[in-house]
Amino acid sequence: MDIKWAALGQVLVVSLAVSVVVVVVFSLGVLAISARQVAEERHATGTGPLAAAVLCFAACAAVVGYGIYLIVPQFH
Amino acid sequence: MEHVTFLVVVVIITALAFDFTNGFHDTANAMATSIATGALRPKVAVAISGVLNIVGAFLSVEVAKTISGGIVDDKLVTPPMVFAGLIGAILWNLLTWLFGLPSSSSHALFGGLIGAVWVGAGMRGVHFDTVLQKILIPALASPLIAGFVAMTATYLAYTITARARHESVTSTFRFGQIVSASLVSLAHGTNDAQKTMGVITLTLISTGALASGSAPPIWVIAAAGLTIGLGTYLGGWRIIRTMGKGITEIESPQGFAAEASATTVILASSHLGFALSTTQVVSGAILGTGLGRRLAQIRWGLAGRMALAWLLTLPAAAAVGGVAAAVATTGTLGVAIAAVVAIAVSAGLYAASRREPVHAGNVNELPAQPQRVAA
Repeated sequence: MDIKWAALGQVLVVSLAVSVVVVVVFSLGVLAISARQVAEERHATGTGPLAAAVLCFAACAAVVGYGIYLIVPQFH
Repeated sequence: MEHVTFLVVVVIITALAFDFTNGFHDTANAMATSIATGALRPKVAVAISGVLNIVGAFLSVEVAKTISGGIVDDKLVTPPMVFAGLIGAILWNLLTWLFGLPSSSSHALFGGLIGAVWVGAGMRGVHFDTVLQKILIPALASPLIAGFVAMTATYLAYTITARARHESVTSTFRFGQIVSASLVSLAHGTNDAQKTMGVITLTLISTGALASGSAPPIWVIAAAGLTIGLGTYLGGWRIIRTMGKGITEIESPQGFAAEASATTVILASSHLGFALSTTQVVSGAILGTGLGRRLAQIRWGLAGRMALAWLLTLPAAAAVGGVAAAVATTGTLGVAIAAVVAIAVSAGLYAASRREPVHAGNVNELPAQPQRVAA
């Protein structure tokens, strides 16, 4: 019997880490978008929140790009 | 092509029929949560998923070198056994679809082959330790890992966005869902269409129509890709409803957390050498996302029936595969009889589904289930 417990443990740790980072960063982006809308309605400048949102979603886009890289064999 | 016999033609058609049920069964994995939260309209969701499955099929270069990945002794497998195994897988896929239960198409295929080889070549043809290692352990691990990851991600998503505006939260997470669902579809196309290409290619090689070690001809790639794409597009709406609405009521942050977690688990598992079933990963992630949101209710009765279907997939497909092999290995007449019976049973299952059809129009309406909702 050769059950690859180490590989299984790796899958758990890597999945948990990546998912948590992506979801947390995306959620922060959502928070920033919400803050920008509130700022706009008060006729205040929403530049700070906008920059934060762009940063968060760019980070998520990078992870998606890496996902596509992993899926498409031609990239390897 | 004098090597292309009646039997080979039957195997190819059956393989494509399996490919179709594979796409049909697995649309839900990628798109159920996006349809449930309204991130995508049902028809749009299945169209995107179908196209990405076709793209994925053409992208995959490394076609399976064995039909079963070592679960049965490939040297003992003959075309009638492949045919019988495919029948077992197709009928199980149709039956679980009728009941709206997500179950792994790969496990159904393995089960069908195990039954067919057991009957056709004896028990020594089946590698039971590989079955335990590649099917039973992953089947237990998939929902646990995906569920735990999705639960954690969901909890964090709700905690972080608790003070944000509801509309911004809903619309932004919906957008995120579309991206993560598309990734699942693409990954599905690169993996699952390959299985059918492998079966067809290896059958052609076994009869001498292709040289040993050949890559699949372009028509095989195109046929497998288009068939799985068509199956995906037609959409197993019954399963989509179960996964999107049946297990738990999903809001868009949950949909995103579940899809993102499932995508990560699928990619991590296939690249770290511990392959997990996509169906079980996604089902587990949906359960987990229900647990991660406070006040979300999970229909444990349905989750239990799903788990039961997973347990039964292998033996049930094996039983059908075994019976089909007993008939099909007797010769051309046997193959023809098995094919006719399989078509008749499939037609019967389809007819049964028409009594209470589920389609794009009512996919988001909850079925009237007799059992009570438990918190």
